[in-house]
Amino acid sequence: MTWEVVIGLETHTQLSTASKIFSGASTAFGAAPNTHASAVDIALPGVLPVLNRGAVERAIRFGLAVGGAINRRSVFARKNYFYPDLPKGYQISQYEIPIVQRGSVTIATEAGEKTIRLTRAHLEEDAGKSLHEGLPADAGDVTGIDLNRAGTPLLEIVSEPDLRSSAEAIAYAKKLHALVMWIGICDGNMQEGSFRCDANVSVRRPGAPLGTRCEIKNLNSFRFMQQAIDYEVRRQIELIEDGGTVVQETRLYDPDRNETRPMRSKEDAQDYRYFPDPDLPPLVVGDAWIARLRRDLPELPDAMRTRLVAAHGLTDYDAAQLTSSHDLAAYYAGVCEALDARDGTACKPIANWVLGEFSASLNRTDTAVADAPVPPETLAALLRRIADGTLSGKMAKQVFDELWTGDGAIPGAIGFEVVDAIIDRRGLRQVSDAGAIAALVDAVIAAQPAVVAEFRAGKEKAFNALVGHVMKASKGKANPGEVNAMLRRKLAG
Amino acid sequence: MRTIAELAAALRSRTLSSVELAQQALDCVAAAQPHLNAFITVDEPGALAGARAADAALARGDAAALTGIPLAHKDVLMTQGLRTTCGSRMLEHFVAPYDADVVARLRNAGTVLIGKTNMDEFAMGSSNENSYFGAVHNPWNLACVPGGSSGGSAAAVAAGLVPACTGTDTGGSIRQPAALTGICGLKPTYGVCSRYGLVAFASSLDTPGPLARDALDCALLLNAMAGHDARDSTSLDRPAEDYTRELRAAQSAKPLAGLRIGLPAEYYGAGIDAAVAGAVDAALDALRALGATTVDVALPGVRHSVPVYYVIAPAEASSNLSRFDGVRYGHRAQRYDDLAEMYSRTRAEGFGAEVKRRILVGTYVLSHGYYDAYYLKAQQVRRLIAREFVGAYSQCDVIAGPTTPTAAFPIGAMADDPVEMYLNDIFTVAANLTGMPAMSIPCGFTPTGLPVGLQLQATYFGEARLLNVAHRFQQVTDWHRREPPAASVPATTAAERSR
Repeated sequence: MTWEVVIGLETHTQLSTASKIFSGASTAFGAAPNTHASAVDIALPGVLPVLNRGAVERAIRFGLAVGGAINRRSVFARKNYFYPDLPKGYQISQYEIPIVQRGSVTIATEAGEKTIRLTRAHLEEDAGKSLHEGLPADAGDVTGIDLNRAGTPLLEIVSEPDLRSSAEAIAYAKKLHALVMWIGICDGNMQEGSFRCDANVSVRRPGAPLGTRCEIKNLNSFRFMQQAIDYEVRRQIELIEDGGTVVQETRLYDPDRNETRPMRSKEDAQDYRYFPDPDLPPLVVGDAWIARLRRDLPELPDAMRTRLVAAHGLTDYDAAQLTSSHDLAAYYAGVCEALDARDGTACKPIANWVLGEFSASLNRTDTAVADAPVPPETLAALLRRIADGTLSGKMAKQVFDELWTGDGAIPGAIGFEVVDAIIDRRGLRQVSDAGAIAALVDAVIAAQPAVVAEFRAGKEKAFNALVGHVMKASKGKANPGEVNAMLRRKLAG
Repeated sequence: MRTIAELAAALRSRTLSSVELAQQALDCVAAAQPHLNAFITVDEPGALAGARAADAALARGDAAALTGIPLAHKDVLMTQGLRTTCGSRMLEHFVAPYDADVVARLRNAGTVLIGKTNMDEFAMGSSNENSYFGAVHNPWNLACVPGGSSGGSAAAVAAGLVPACTGTDTGGSIRQPAALTGICGLKPTYGVCSRYGLVAFASSLDTPGPLARDALDCALLLNAMAGHDARDSTSLDRPAEDYTRELRAAQSAKPLAGLRIGLPAEYYGAGIDAAVAGAVDAALDALRALGATTVDVALPGVRHSVPVYYVIAPAEASSNLSRFDGVRYGHRAQRYDDLAEMYSRTRAEGFGAEVKRRILVGTYVLSHGYYDAYYLKAQQVRRLIAREFVGAYSQCDVIAGPTTPTAAFPIGAMADDPVEMYLNDIFTVAANLTGMPAMSIPCGFTPTGLPVGLQLQATYFGEARLLNVAHRFQQVTDWHRREPPAASVPATTAAERSR
């Protein structure tokens, strides 16, 4: 019998504001404990929250990007519970009326494109951290509290239970991850916790009502998310098939042992006693503000992908790859702009290079696009040198490698200055001169009578061997296209 | 006992120095402390330093309206470097690193801070018996309560220790003690004075305001205290007002001609002490004599205001007081085995009985399954009450009635009956639920010599009108000039009186 997997994701996206959602303290990561905690973050008596406009703008940008409804009036509530890293004894979070409702994200699946509906996206503040390590040796058996993270703005994005496999869940999470970086609302840094997912997982017989779900926490990488969901699905199926029942609970993923463990059951669920925060009037968003944010929104990945297929003549696969991350898309666009490339003839080689040599180098050296040693202007210059016949494709790869490793780099130089310097220094200028190539071809025809005879006998492979001999004689500098053409002409003559 | 206006004139004419005034206040406070217990903290060095600076400003001729005037803050308002206890063991040793907005404004206006006044713990109470630092005594009868929760502030002004104090009013905590001690207390429109640095009891109701001897002094203080504060999201951004503007006009024969005073039947029913009712009726006659007319208005929803208040206020308090957990500051239990025990012992030891009672009530009404029936319903009724008042103000300009059903009661009289105590707020809580301004002014005495307060209410931003009505009344009456028996006020104040 088959099982259907049902998954919904809750994603905590840390918004990229310089200051916190309700105080002026910095949100910078990695500072010494409690140095980025203001009186508001520490929750001294008498202090009050003041909403950060930048956090609201980022939430609205997200809502517009996913085609959701922006609530003109949303409400901050207090979620009450005691924990040492929750300074006020309550978390301020939008509850009944969030700023964004509905919207959707499209993912690629084996069966084609699939639309994943969003339930809502709401603003809230992060809690601090409890520290169990790195405390002073003389402190004894204590827990430290670091409130630097307390009050960091979060957008919690909740999907409908539309995902049917761990692969779909990962595709959705990656798409969301790319989107929030694309629209500039989150730095996407998963190691620092800027993008965290919890998964609600259940299984059922196809067509049956939804099964009992478990919420899995601590999924701080796409790989862990996949492993955790796969483990949890197996666990639930085995449990049911052995005659047991799934208990609604929160489970923690342990990547070291690749298993999920119960954290708390529904019975221990706290009563959070939500009520509207009387310190914050309802958040009212005007049409003009929304209109301005809509105007300022960049072209979105799905729209760009469609455009790259239609106008740039790229394959859908290439267009999807190029728009899978904002930085890669921007890099591609930068090269196109430098070369004034607008059609398939001009754009396809650019896409090939960006997705080929450039992306391979990024992966090989584990480098982010932003840190790539070859800026778009330089790759554009390299491609220009291919187009104008100066370099063969093979030569261009050599130049690219040198550009990447930085050997012979000219400090501060980009574009033709650095590309041409490498070409000159390494003597990589391609020979396209007809006279010079004719001389080489004549010499090879004279020196290889046997191969020529084979060709004339109808062996097409022999032609390639002759090309190889000419290229070798030119030390690889002859323009392969010219060599081909000349050889055909001479052999035909 | 002199008013701020009188003291300011004396300071300007240099017949009196601010240092003399501050020293006198410090002496009075010290002398009165054993029998009034109006203060929790006295800041002698700070007061004298402030007074010297004020004298320098006066000498330079760049003095503001309040330069050199001594005052005290209710101990729920944060004062940088001077401890703020909220009348609680929880904050017995807490020293804030910042000033509340109204504290900073009054400091910038040149006032000289003498100290911090006693109060019901976390502003919860109507008798000032709920203070960790002991009950405050009413200067008019030391066996009686001064009212609460701003009982220390009211007693200090009534006894002439300082000419004015700040208070906070969540359900009547400025007006009720003002009434019970024979002084003036004003609760402004919610949002006119910033709540920044006011330790929250019930955020949607808490309102800072002045307590002083007369309406003009209240207006002078409000001029300094009011104003937009970006640190409080509920603070209102509106043009500055001079609340003394109408008070400065000369008294005419009928200064209140055209004023319509609304008299809600709900404020004149059963349960009101006969002496209180008599004093209020006489006050209404005086107001009519000044040209005002009276009109009956109906506020049937007011009878729900106490139950509504005792749902909303504890609900907000239960959440607001969660930060007192022993983790970062304040009291922490000495012995505990785990986190849960640390919390429970810390809060069991740090909070008094009334605070715990309200946390329990508030937690209950917000709980799953009860929220709709209590908190949500209370908020709905709250809006209905506000609508009724808006309707009533289409028929009248101010609403008048007793501030409290009775005059001051003996200490301990209601200690075992919290509901009876809560009913003390029956006439005052509505203004907090609506956010409208209201004030209490003295209007007579009971046969046993206890003051009676007249409450004047107005619609949003009607402070100037309330102050003018009160001022015109005080131009033809002298209740606000009466002084408590010499036995309960310090000798230095008695000497001041004979000056």
